[in-house]
Amino acid sequence: MNVLEIAAKVDARGLSCPMPIVRTAQTIRSLESGAIVEVLATDPGSLKDFKAWCRSTGNELLEQTTDGPVHRFVIRRK
Amino acid sequence: MDGPLNLVLFSGTDDKLQAAAVLTAGAAALGKPVNVFLQYWALDAFKRERIERDHGLAPEAGAEGRRHVDALRSAGQVSWAETFRQAKDLGTVDIEACSLSMDLLGVEQSDLDPLVDGVEGVTAFYLNAGEGQVVFI
Repeated sequence: MNVLEIAAKVDARGLSCPMPIVRTAQTIRSLESGAIVEVLATDPGSLKDFKAWCRSTGNELLEQTTDGPVHRFVIRRK
Repeated sequence: MDGPLNLVLFSGTDDKLQAAAVLTAGAAALGKPVNVFLQYWALDAFKRERIERDHGLAPEAGAEGRRHVDALRSAGQVSWAETFRQAKDLGTVDIEACSLSMDLLGVEQSDLDPLVDGVEGVTAFYLNAGEGQVVFI
């Protein structure tokens, strides 16, 4: 298993919709193409939101895991 | 669903403005342009000296709704004004005051929060709305 190099992290735990996506979009635009961002979110809508957002924007959802109330997303910038 | 998202904001209560701000920020994050047209009580809520104040809730909220909204706010929910600011920072969001409502309320653009980009009539609003859907809140 190869370890991904995380370029930036977004801690959106406790933030309600749409702030996890907003913070992620703000962060990812400052990164170079191909860079990877890790997001933590507790908003239950984030599961479907991140899938939809990645599909629409062309960023790649590499990993999605859930630990209790916390969802973790690893996204590669388009 | 091509074209911009076009929101006509009429109501000036915090719950409806919050819902509108969430729709705006979500569209902005997807790269979808948003046109916001402020009428009546929504325009009143965007006054410079009123924007950060409490604007109450829609009547259907009741006492229980008030408690839920307060709980979300205590948990750190970002205000609707700040949500609109972040949406503007993220994407193409144009917020225009309805000129008729400006007359009605007796306000000038200098009375409005800097979130408001300008003043226009309904014709300009429809022209900019293009083929996009129009949502009235």
